[in-house]
Amino acid sequence: MDRRPGIRPRPSLKRRLDAAARFALPAGLTALAMLALAAPLGLPAQAELQPQFVLASVFFWTLYRPASMPPVAVFLLGLLADLLGEAPLGVAVLSLLIAHALVLRWRRGLARQSFLLVWIAFAAFAIAAALLGWAATSLLRVRLLPFAPVVVEAMLGIGLYPVLALLLIRVHRGAAAPELA
Amino acid sequence: MIRLSIPLRQALSRLTLPVLIVAAFALMLLGKADAVLAERVRTGLGDVLAPLYAAIAAPLGAVRGAIADGAHIFSLARDNDRLREENARLRQWQSVALALEAENAALKANLRWLPDPAPSYVTARVVADAGGVYARSVLISIGPHHGVSKGQIALDERGLVGRVTEVGERSARVLLITDMNSRVPVTLQESRARAIMAGTNTPLPRLMFWPEGTPPAEGEKVVSSAEANAYPANLPVGTVHYLTPGQPVVVPAARLDRLEIVRLFDYDLGGILPPEASTRPQHAPGPRARRTAEAAGGTVDEH
Repeated sequence: MDRRPGIRPRPSLKRRLDAAARFALPAGLTALAMLALAAPLGLPAQAELQPQFVLASVFFWTLYRPASMPPVAVFLLGLLADLLGEAPLGVAVLSLLIAHALVLRWRRGLARQSFLLVWIAFAAFAIAAALLGWAATSLLRVRLLPFAPVVVEAMLGIGLYPVLALLLIRVHRGAAAPELA
Repeated sequence: MIRLSIPLRQALSRLTLPVLIVAAFALMLLGKADAVLAERVRTGLGDVLAPLYAAIAAPLGAVRGAIADGAHIFSLARDNDRLREENARLRQWQSVALALEAENAALKANLRWLPDPAPSYVTARVVADAGGVYARSVLISIGPHHGVSKGQIALDERGLVGRVTEVGERSARVLLITDMNSRVPVTLQESRARAIMAGTNTPLPRLMFWPEGTPPAEGEKVVSSAEANAYPANLPVGTVHYLTPGQPVVVPAARLDRLEIVRLFDYDLGGILPPEASTRPQHAPGPRARRTAEAAGGTVDEH
């Protein structure tokens, strides 16, 4: 895992626990925030906010710290999202895994771009995920669902990303960095 | 930790993602094929989460209250005027209502009216919005020996909220009347015409199938109807409103966007129960009873 040469402190139990906690922080924080978002906070469009929040988190961590957002974690986060809502099982899992795979593939190019370009890329992901969720849910429920939530969801996601990224960059450089352990 | 050779480990890590994507498809099929399993897992998660949510409900309520108070400061004077005026009007109505109640009681006594049995109910806290993007439901925290069962009616202090669709050990789910799978038989109070109120996932459910010649009037009160034996009669549901001509909707009386406490009434209605009601362990004494129950059919809500 750690390939940098040099002298570093002995990996004592405490240090290893610290590193493990930092390693698990991104997925853990995302899960906790999802649970918080399911509470009746009375936010406008709260139902549409949750899937986009998870997508933005998975997108961000896959892009900047993929070791802390492995596919299994993405799968479990998607499962949690599906179980928290009333959506058919597997819809959130699928869209998150696809997003994860694509970001992982384009990561080298994307991580070097400016924030604006990353944001535009995320916008495409947000629209695609909202559409996929709508199509898959419609298909699995065998009925045409109203289209308005797709638009709301995509717009919310696009608006949410810069705010979330601002917060997550601090976590990324601070609490979630195993190299600081 | 098992030591694997580096190429094998690389191959495994490259395989994880495709395998998980296949697993996601399998999950979709499984959820579609075995709705009972999906429901049970969901209820299990609800049971775990409901006490946690209930524990944080008080601080959460304080935060929400503080936010609401902040907003109220700016409209205090206006609100006060409005409330004073409304209070005066309500006092007049109160005297009218008391007179009518007394008259009603006298008339019922003269007619030897058989009163409806008072339904038993439990009061429970709404702990989470459980619907997601394409459904409208709430998670409710209940104690371990609660006596809540599927098909019970949820009301808040103003009107009909929905029906219990899933029951676990410590939690229950209520499908709101705004969910697109919800169909409530209703009576229009002025014309006594029957209609169906269908949820659309928007805050305003639609009115359908009213009899020809008696269109719902704007502002008319809508109450539940006992038809199909799924709801008791005369629960307050809402008022008719026209967003566009010819397309009446119901403005729900219940405050569905800010549910905090609901009462779950046991009217002992066996009319139409949500699916799988007959396959839950506490209701199914044995496989034979289950088979006969399934053969008898009678499930309407789709999920």
